[in-house]
Amino acid sequence: MSDLLSVRDLRIGATIFPPGEAPMDIEIVHGVSFDLQKGKVLGLIGESGAGKSTIGLAALAYGRGGVRITSGEVLLDGEDILPLDKKGIRKIRGARVCYVAQSAAASFNPAHKLGDQVIEATVEHGLMTRAEARERADYLFEILGLPDPKNFGNRFPHQVSGGQLQRAMTAMALCSKPELIVFDEPTTALDVTTQIDVLAAIKNAIEKTGTAALYITHDLAVVAQISDDIMVLRNGDTVEYGPVQQIIENPRQEYTKALVNVRQTKQTEARDQTDALLKVENISAAYGNGVQVLHDVSLHVPRGQTLAVVGESGSGKSTLARVITGLLPPFKGSIKFGDEELSNAQKDRSRDHLRRIQLIYQMADTAMNPRQTVGQIIGRPLQFYFGKRGAERKKEVIKLLDEIEMGEAFYDRYPAELSGGQKQRVAIARALAAQPELILCDEPTSALDPLVAEGILDLLLRLQKERQVSYLFITHDIAIVRAIADSVAVMLQGKLVDFGPRSEVLNPPFDDYTDLLLKSVPEMELGWLEKVLASRKMESAGH
Amino acid sequence: MASPLAGVRAARHRLKETHPLSVLIAERLGLSVLLLWAVSVLIFAGVEALPGDFAETYLGQSATPQSIANIREDLGLDRPITTRYFEWLGGVVQGDFGNSWASGAPVTEQITKRLGNSLFLAFFAAAISVPLAVGLGMVAVHYRNRIPDRVINVVSLAAISLPEFFIGYILIVFFAVQMGIATFPSTVYDNMPWSERLAAIALPTATLVMVVLAHMMRMTRAAIISVMSSAYMETAELKGLGAFKAIVKHAAPNAIAPIVNVVALNLAYLVVGVVVVEVVFVYPGMGQYMVDAVTVRDMPVVQACGLIFAAVYILLNMAADIVAIVANPRLRHPR
Repeated sequence: MSDLLSVRDLRIGATIFPPGEAPMDIEIVHGVSFDLQKGKVLGLIGESGAGKSTIGLAALAYGRGGVRITSGEVLLDGEDILPLDKKGIRKIRGARVCYVAQSAAASFNPAHKLGDQVIEATVEHGLMTRAEARERADYLFEILGLPDPKNFGNRFPHQVSGGQLQRAMTAMALCSKPELIVFDEPTTALDVTTQIDVLAAIKNAIEKTGTAALYITHDLAVVAQISDDIMVLRNGDTVEYGPVQQIIENPRQEYTKALVNVRQTKQTEARDQTDALLKVENISAAYGNGVQVLHDVSLHVPRGQTLAVVGESGSGKSTLARVITGLLPPFKGSIKFGDEELSNAQKDRSRDHLRRIQLIYQMADTAMNPRQTVGQIIGRPLQFYFGKRGAERKKEVIKLLDEIEMGEAFYDRYPAELSGGQKQRVAIARALAAQPELILCDEPTSALDPLVAEGILDLLLRLQKERQVSYLFITHDIAIVRAIADSVAVMLQGKLVDFGPRSEVLNPPFDDYTDLLLKSVPEMELGWLEKVLASRKMESAGH
Repeated sequence: MASPLAGVRAARHRLKETHPLSVLIAERLGLSVLLLWAVSVLIFAGVEALPGDFAETYLGQSATPQSIANIREDLGLDRPITTRYFEWLGGVVQGDFGNSWASGAPVTEQITKRLGNSLFLAFFAAAISVPLAVGLGMVAVHYRNRIPDRVINVVSLAAISLPEFFIGYILIVFFAVQMGIATFPSTVYDNMPWSERLAAIALPTATLVMVVLAHMMRMTRAAIISVMSSAYMETAELKGLGAFKAIVKHAAPNAIAPIVNVVALNLAYLVVGVVVVEVVFVYPGMGQYMVDAVTVRDMPVVQACGLIFAAVYILLNMAADIVAIVANPRLRHPR
């Protein structure tokens, strides 16, 4: 069988503008080659900066921003599309090759109805009449499992949910009956329970329409469910390229092995969880607009241990952290810290109370002043809480930098000069500088690549052992819960649905929602998706 | 017991759920009326607080305490300020701005003519500057950071940096005095033939255009650049749409609101800010009328001009707000 897409020695370059220096040309993809046959799916996987999106977009002869393809061939059905002029390439985009972006919410035009946008390319390229395209869109909405498919197209992007938008974008890509679709992290921004639906919808649609696909993701477990072949990329180079079964079950390269084994238990659960450091009792809270976001939540964080709070977006887990810090005073309930009662509002708390609870945020980037050096950022709490200045303060900061495995060399650096993982380490050091007893971690690893996130988790666990600090760890990732938690709280729509030691919450008998959540987490196992979907069908048939 | 205010609030909230657009527009209208009323108070009080006195200015050398008192009594200035304010306001709502102290003629009649002249000038300035600004903004985006973009930016910035009277005089020196191809002064009168009228306003129009161009051009450029860098424009490109089609269908609807806002602001300036330009070119519009009235402390005229300027300003800004509201699909189509 002939290859639909054949990429030969693809090299992609970009111009970067380092501050204070002359613009520089760099190469970001160094000679990548692969083949894709009709109706097959190739997974491109790697960390951020691996070049996977750049390679995916090259299949549409497109370079994002200042990115350009410097050499190589992209053969679509035997014809190299790179030398084509603007008009020629336009005939291919949206007709023979389509693209599904990571953020459908940003990729749909807010000013037009979804239906019009879905059929736009098909009609524009003269592939179908408006009426035919509409009919096809309705059919696609239906096989993608969208609600009320006949009327779905009449809605505006802001009127549907994120998961629905992602499926609508898949419908948009499928509408013109393309030979190839590039999926660029289509489920990364979704909750796990939504991700599984979208994943199943995409897989079903690919099978029914016979289109080929490039599936780009950083999540090996996801790509294992949908691909025939997998290419592992790192820093613009191919690390390993082979059939999905070989990559998952028998990886040859060290890097691939690390990716496959990334989700492993690190911590044995603490036996005694009765010594509560923080006790939250019957908390109910609402935002200014009168919408209640927390309903009667009670839980505790044991001293020197980790409580993981899991839930999907909108479940109220971040709000719980805001309540504990006092940023959002609850209208009902109390917060106990050790033997003392904490004031509900942050402004009423003593400086010592403030010191003992610190925060680490998801976006270390936005939580730091870009105009301050690492030394100033970490030194600030030392001065604020302990009055340390000058050489004494610097010595403490360097000690903390050693503790987070970064060292003195970073003292004068600015946040912009650090990688994502390093920024998060600095944020951890800043929290530690206050010598807190409790650190609230709000998804500190979810914006990081798996291996970097792993390093952060290791660091947090080591610090916990050394300093006996407690964590309230907010996450949507069950794998992290399995890895680090002593106790687990599961939240749904502002209510606590399950709370207890990890071994109890994550093992049967399950709460219904916890069960759904656990089953939705992709596993590094071939055929996992089918198994889950089959078990769901059986359940609904049994009812 | 629920207070009546809470009931109103709840009703407003319910309406806002079902008809967010109508509620928002009604709110804007209400706020505009409120604002206009507040301005009327400010103008009346401000004019009252102005130093100098009409009677003294009017009588000049021949002023005696007795004659001053007589004039004040004739004009009703001996009555309390609140009485005079409400009398004036009552007239204004019926379209009667009172009589000029200087000439004794009804202000409304004079103002209608003067406002007509001012609007005539503003209309032509707008008709030239708005399309030109939006067009140049688009050209600047197309040649972003290249020579044409820089030239447009520098020239329009230079124009906005010069005070309008300076631009006015320079234009007069070059085009009217040295080259002799333009008319000066720009005085227009009733029954003036159209061709002459247009020739007369050429220089003041050019001055106004240069003053408002840069602001609108730069805002258009910024709005389009921000829209062009959004993800949905990439989607349009990856759908294989042509550049022109993508701009018209996908960029324009989202760039409209910010552009309309700055256009409205500048249109308001064209009407309100012409005072200096009209004086420089001796153009018989509202601006000159007001300046003349201020010199002789002819308060009813000053008040009328001030209020009309404020009304134009508020009206145009309200219109821009409403366009922005209507252009927002989230408000047009609630969930």
